[in-house]
Amino acid sequence: MKKELDSSTATELAASMEGVSKSYKHFKLRSIDFSLEKGTVAGLIGPNGAGKSTTMRILMGLVQPDEGTVSALGKSISSSEASSKQDIGYFSDDMRLYKPESIGWHMQFVRSLYPSWDDGYAAQLLDRFGLIAHQIVKGLSHGQRVKAMLLLILARRPKLLILDEPTNGLDPVAKHEILTELMRIVEDDSRTILYSSHNTQDVEQISDSITFIDRGRVIASSNRDEFVERWKRIRIHAPDGWKTPSMEGLRLESSHRNLHVLSLSNFHEQVPNQLQQSGIVIEAVESMTLEEIFVSSVMRGREEIQS
Amino acid sequence: MHSWITISLGDPRPLYLQVIEQVKRRVAVGDLPPGAELPSIRELAAGLKVSVITIKRAYLELERDGVIATRQGKGSVVADKPGLQASIQEGELRDHLKQAVSLGLLLGKSKTDMQRRIAEIYEQTQKVANEKRT
Repeated sequence: MKKELDSSTATELAASMEGVSKSYKHFKLRSIDFSLEKGTVAGLIGPNGAGKSTTMRILMGLVQPDEGTVSALGKSISSSEASSKQDIGYFSDDMRLYKPESIGWHMQFVRSLYPSWDDGYAAQLLDRFGLIAHQIVKGLSHGQRVKAMLLLILARRPKLLILDEPTNGLDPVAKHEILTELMRIVEDDSRTILYSSHNTQDVEQISDSITFIDRGRVIASSNRDEFVERWKRIRIHAPDGWKTPSMEGLRLESSHRNLHVLSLSNFHEQVPNQLQQSGIVIEAVESMTLEEIFVSSVMRGREEIQS
Repeated sequence: MHSWITISLGDPRPLYLQVIEQVKRRVAVGDLPPGAELPSIRELAAGLKVSVITIKRAYLELERDGVIATRQGKGSVVADKPGLQASIQEGELRDHLKQAVSLGLLLGKSKTDMQRRIAEIYEQTQKVANEKRT
């Protein structure tokens, strides 16, 4: 019975964007299509300035797109609708807490605004994040401040969490505490998390889907294991005058005399044979880390635009 | 319950394969006897801090391999199948050998060359093991 429920809700979307564009003087978000399945964790990865924050702000209704449609939790998003945001928790490093007041003061304040505030959960979060209610914001470290802000958002128990670089600049222990908490949240399959970072390692482990964006475009979207299985680095030894064969997804990464390093974005079992037919010797087929895959995707995307 | 599984991002293999391998190993050595309950997908995902899709895929493949059985609405248990432990061990050995052979093929080694090398390594390893024992 539970299984049936699971499969029927599997394709329900917590949020989606279709053909969303937004132009600024020096930056353009180009026709972003993006959907977020309910009960999942989605990671948005991109270099600084790729458009991650803009995408998230549009999803929150904080920025109006020039084109395209946006919906979250079954409602179309526009900046005037505050009511649709009761169930959405948004984190951004731009947010500021009130410096002279304590964490506890902030908790009372948010509690008065959101009927969904959960006192018991807030107390647990204080404990798990190693925070003390009477600590004054002014004296908090960066990590403590981030955790305090997340506490204020999480204790409202929002259905959808939109977290813009929550682990940026945190030490590994604070990161671990936050990832642990995020995974506890999705133990409840009705809750959904969208999480951005410029660091693949922050999101790869917990994300059901990972979307790479660069220069305002979505360049690839999959899950961690599929990326890792499809992408391979191949080291070859080739005769003089050898040219990279035209094979979909194949890119020459570097060359030193007769030794070449190739990367392939859609590896399958027949590939080594096909390559050997072009007269080369394969020295090794290696897995790539998600970070290497990300960088190679970005570089390929940029080359495509230029050519 | 799931502290016996450890996931490493430093390991180049896909995460779901790491989960499969460790569950199989526990079953093979008898730590997880037939009928033992496995945590739910979301519980295990939260416990290991890996995505739900990773655990889903691992459970699906473990089910296909006959290592676990999933009963509708009741979660997953270790399959109650005679000879399961032996067949997991056999499968693991086969996988390792297959990997070695694939690499050999990739490097253009002949069948007799591979057989000779395996025999050599067998003897060396056996010798080392015997020395350790005494």
